Amino acid sequence: MNTVENYIAPGSIEEAAAALAAGPVTIVAGGTDLMLQTGSGAIAYAKTLMNVRRIAEMQGVSIDGDTIRIGALTTITELKSDAIIAEHLPVVAEMADKFASDQIRNASTIGGNICNASPAGDGIVPLMMYGADVVLASAKGNRNVALSEFFTGPGKTVKADNELLVAIEIAKPAAGFKGGFGKFGPRPALEIAMASVALGGVVKDGVISNVSVAFGAVGPTPMMGAKTTALLEGKTLNEETISAAGEAASEEVTPIDDVRASAWYRRHLIRVMTEEILNDVG
Amino acid sequence: MSAKIDIEFTVNGAVKQVTVPATASALDMLRDQLDLKGAKEACGEGECGACTVIVDGVSVCSCLSYAVDFDGRKIETIEGVQSDEGLDPIQQAFVDYGAVQCGYCTPGMVMQVKHTLDKNPNPTKEEIQRGLEGNVCRCTGYSKIIDAVTEVASS
Ligand SMILES: Cc1cc2nc3c(=O)[nH]c(=O)nc-3n(C[C@H](O)[C@H](O)[C@H](O)COP(=O)(O)OP(=O)(O)OC[C@H]3O[C@@H](n4cnc5c(N)ncnc54)[C@H](O)[C@@H]3O)c2cc1C
Ligand code: FES
Ligand code: FES
Repeated sequence: MNTVENYIAPGSIEEAAAALAAGPVTIVAGGTDLMLQTGSGAIAYAKTLMNVRRIAEMQGVSIDGDTIRIGALTTITELKSDAIIAEHLPVVAEMADKFASDQIRNASTIGGNICNASPAGDGIVPLMMYGADVVLASAKGNRNVALSEFFTGPGKTVKADNELLVAIEIAKPAAGFKGGFGKFGPRPALEIAMASVALGGVVKDGVISNVSVAFGAVGPTPMMGAKTTALLEGKTLNEETISAAGEAASEEVTPIDDVRASAWYRRHLIRVMTEEILNDVG
Repeated sequence: MSAKIDIEFTVNGAVKQVTVPATASALDMLRDQLDLKGAKEACGEGECGACTVIVDGVSVCSCLSYAVDFDGRKIETIEGVQSDEGLDPIQQAFVDYGAVQCGYCTPGMVMQVKHTLDKNPNPTKEEIQRGLEGNVCRCTGYSKIIDAVTEVASS
């Protein structure tokens, strides 16, 4: 572990952005990833450690017209019980319910989950499925990036070192949009996903439209399921379609063999969970 | 050595001032600087809950919390649970139901039970189990702990 020379806890995005512009900074939010990664030597601290948890503008969930804004500091516990999330983005609440344990949910922020950029980051998958953008702030101003284009590899994103993730923005889903989140690990709690799926659409008169699918832990980054989406869009949601979608999903993911599961098993899990969610929404 | 930072916060109602390395865990600070040895380190990775404390009303693993982040906050640890009249009802139920064997997990268990019951005074068995999802006990097999919590919740 290397030496931190400065510790700051700014109270505004403006102050945080100024600190980021001035030189290398390690950002800490809940610390649940950072404490372990610095402890193991996987990540070295920059000279300045910046705790962003005192920035009120980065907290909480709000709705403005058709846009839902989730502050980067919103905890997984808050996502699990927030009324706006429950009404408009229930798949996010379902994910939060399957995340770690109570103590970890209480400390973990959604911004930290996204910036940690784990291929298995649970929070990312339903947000990607809902078509979320991340809002990045720097001393030069704000920019929005589609979450589906944010990741470039395990632990890597398009966020520059001088940028802070301040919020996630999502357009309200279409009326009647219904979806689900599936996550599989060897036990129900405190597990890193072997594979995960978020899938949703609008089912009307038996036909599914507005389809969106995202997968986690089956590639170097969480990914959109373009082929599964194309296969499903506009189809009658019957047994045949559901089975074809499970097949397409298991084919388009790009898993590896590792200590947690084999690539074959991960493809199988993706198929089963995709079919399960489709059976539920239909 | 990392920069040392002065922080001030309340622990179990008393105001404390400490100077901590910027990268220290809250667990190390509580145990080594404030001599509050109730919270335990077992895994040091957020997996076992032996280090659970309550920060501004929510339970967290103090092994993963930065001590500097306690600045200005209100902390509750196992040392503050007992009142002048004696054991807290949660502690008493753990004793009565034999939910303590080696005792290593107990401080964290009690703090997590306290948080679970503060949020939901009438939990179902499943809600009790889910509340304790992040707490590992190698001795009791959990049944006695669940029984103890069920007793506190129903009285
Ligand atoms: C026991 C245990 C179980 C876990 N279970 C799960 C699980 O089930 N699912 C899951 O997905 N994850 C899980 N995790 C991982 C972790 O808890 C999550 O990724 C969490 O959401 C991280 O958030 P944090 O606020 O603690 O991040 P931190 O540790 O504070 O930060 C993580 C990274 O993001 C950066 N960062 C944080 N906030 C910002 C910001 N606003 N702008 C720019 N950069 C930022 C930090 O610099 C750091 O590199 C688990 C971890 C533990 C220890
Ligand atoms: S020591 Fe903190 S969770 Fe195990
Ligand atoms: S009583 Fe020994 S670990 Fe729980």
